[in-house]
Amino acid sequence: MKVLVTVKEIATVEDTFEIEGDRIPDRYLEFDLNEWDNYAVEEAVQLAEERDDVEVIAATIGPQRAEETIRIALAKGVDRAIRVWDDSLEEIELLDVSTKASIFAAIVEEEEPDIVFTGVQADDDAFGATGVALAASVGFQWAAIVNGFELEEDASMATVHRELEGGLEEITEVDIPAVFTIQTGINEPRYASLRGIRQAQQKEIDSKTLSDLGIEGIEHRLELTAMAEPETESDVTLFEGDATETAASLVDVFEDLGVIEG
Amino acid sequence: MSDVLAVAEARDGELRPVSHEIASATVELADTLGGAAHLAVIGPDATDLGGELNGPGVDTIHTVEHEAPFSHDAHRQAVVQLAEQLDPHVILAPQSVNGMDYAPAIATDIDAALVTDVIDLGDADANGLTVTREMYGSKVETTVAITGSPIVVTIRGGEWPPLEGTGEANVNSANVSFDSSTFGARVIGFEELTAGDVDIAEADVLVSVGRGIEDEDNLEIIHELADALGATVSASRPIVDSGWLPKNRQVGQSGKTVTPDLYIAIGISGAVQHVAGMKGAKTIIAINNDPNAPIFDLADYGVVDDLFDVVPALTEALS
Ligand SMILES: Cc1cc2nc3c(=O)[nH]c(=O)nc-3n(C[C@H](O)[C@H](O)[C@H](O)COP(=O)(O)OP(=O)(O)OC[C@H]3O[C@@H](n4cnc5c(N)ncnc54)[C@H](O)[C@@H]3O)c2cc1C
Ligand SMILES: Nc1ncnc2c1ncn2[C@@H]1O[C@H](COP(=O)(O)O)[C@@H](O)[C@H]1O
Repeated sequence: MKVLVTVKEIATVEDTFEIEGDRIPDRYLEFDLNEWDNYAVEEAVQLAEERDDVEVIAATIGPQRAEETIRIALAKGVDRAIRVWDDSLEEIELLDVSTKASIFAAIVEEEEPDIVFTGVQADDDAFGATGVALAASVGFQWAAIVNGFELEEDASMATVHRELEGGLEEITEVDIPAVFTIQTGINEPRYASLRGIRQAQQKEIDSKTLSDLGIEGIEHRLELTAMAEPETESDVTLFEGDATETAASLVDVFEDLGVIEG
Repeated sequence: MSDVLAVAEARDGELRPVSHEIASATVELADTLGGAAHLAVIGPDATDLGGELNGPGVDTIHTVEHEAPFSHDAHRQAVVQLAEQLDPHVILAPQSVNGMDYAPAIATDIDAALVTDVIDLGDADANGLTVTREMYGSKVETTVAITGSPIVVTIRGGEWPPLEGTGEANVNSANVSFDSSTFGARVIGFEELTAGDVDIAEADVLVSVGRGIEDEDNLEIIHELADALGATVSASRPIVDSGWLPKNRQVGQSGKTVTPDLYIAIGISGAVQHVAGMKGAKTIIAINNDPNAPIFDLADYGVVDDLFDVVPALTEALS
């Protein structure tokens, strides 16, 4: 059995940052493995540990720099990785979901996995859509926002928990092959062991361009035209000073609110 | 070509609040485009629920009865067929857990551009649409221009006012047929989170802790503060995901909605799914060392400082 897991290197902005034009320059960004994908990797690796003959492949769309993040997945037990990048992608500021889905679809057609795990969302762009769009592109079944996953012995079907709003969970049977978008909390992601990190150096990261995947040009339908810090309607009262002083101010608030007696 | 089609959301025989919000977004956008406002309701009781959506400015409500409590396959097939029949410029769906389960598939099927979790709709014409959405954990707002037609947009809950009043829409049973041979996901049951040892929704004062606490052992200072205040401890999702507190302590979209007199958010950034569960608190205090944390947009009082200094000092000041 083959399991494909999509792994994104996401950008987080530092506490203080500036916007230049319609973007935040790299010097204010930190790059890391997307939190949701960390859980997706763990789910894939656990499946490989529970069963014989499971190969886990990680796929990413990202520049050379993203290999650092892919190595984390490899160190946790992913067998090999595919990284897709292209000059034509370099120029695009906001990669739309259909482009990402068609790239992953080409990988799915090449690798023919039985199961694909993606994260629910990428922490930076937060579309929350790539997994389901991929499933529809390749004719797989799917379930979004999965926080419980159980595969039938014969791998024909999975029973999943989908985390709905307000503490309600839906229990759903999904035919395989399928894509599952993995929610945080579904498992306890491992830390990479030293041995894992050493082994990861030997594992293969296959870099591909769009034409390697048989994709001829992409239709670019989204344009990020402006970026700004949200205008706040906030009328927050901020207390300043050292911790003793701010604590005293908060105690005054508690008294005013009647939470404690003055 | 200039029409708008939106998909409502129902659960347990009732429309969810986002349905009335998406109805007003639809009327607003149809007005900008000079087109018609169509709404669709899919699922059990669709016929009854369709009538409830009949607000001012809505032109047609399409009801599609389907027996499953929720089926992304049924939603996908129904909306794709309605899109073929109505040729809308924009299809709106909620960015809810279920919206996220079918909207991307519809966009793929009809080869539409997809933009999700939109908080505002701007200029629109027959060949495009401009929307506002957030990035980087709500730290920035972006304007995104979408070109082409059709376009699928999912909207965030709580951003549009509910459509109120009675309108003159036609409520029709839609001409949709299902090919269930391609259905591959079946809902077999539901499980509800139980209150367990405490019900944080009942608490008057919540001391709520987030990822800023860094380590399970550090929770001690949070419990000490809660004890000093006679408050209950709640948390953001990462604390519960890590198993440091049980699920019944989680505030937010997939946890509990709370409306205490006082909510103290400590080391919580204020992600939209967290805010969904606590924005109804009467007074909000935030303690966070990042002055740009979105939680400060919501807070009444705040301290921009290290929680490991402020929290113990506060407990000390209370005793
Ligand atoms: C479908 C879905 C459902 C979700 N449901 C929920 C939900 O129900 N509830 C929920 O909470 N989240 C939910 N989330 C997750 C949500 O998107 C955020 O990831 C989460 O709320 C972040 O939690 P946080 O604020 O504790 O962590 P972070 O966003 O990591 O924020 C930590 C904060 O701590 C501050 N900090 C760090 N160190 C210190 C220090 N020493 N002193 C002071 N401050 C410090 C940082 O500045 C930062 O602002 C959901 C997500 C999805 C996709
Ligand atoms: N550039 C990318 N590289 C690898 N995986 C990605 C990429 N973009 C999205 N994904 C996957 O799709 C999931 C959802 O992303 P999104 O729809 O962009 O919020 C992520 O959790 C990843 O698993």
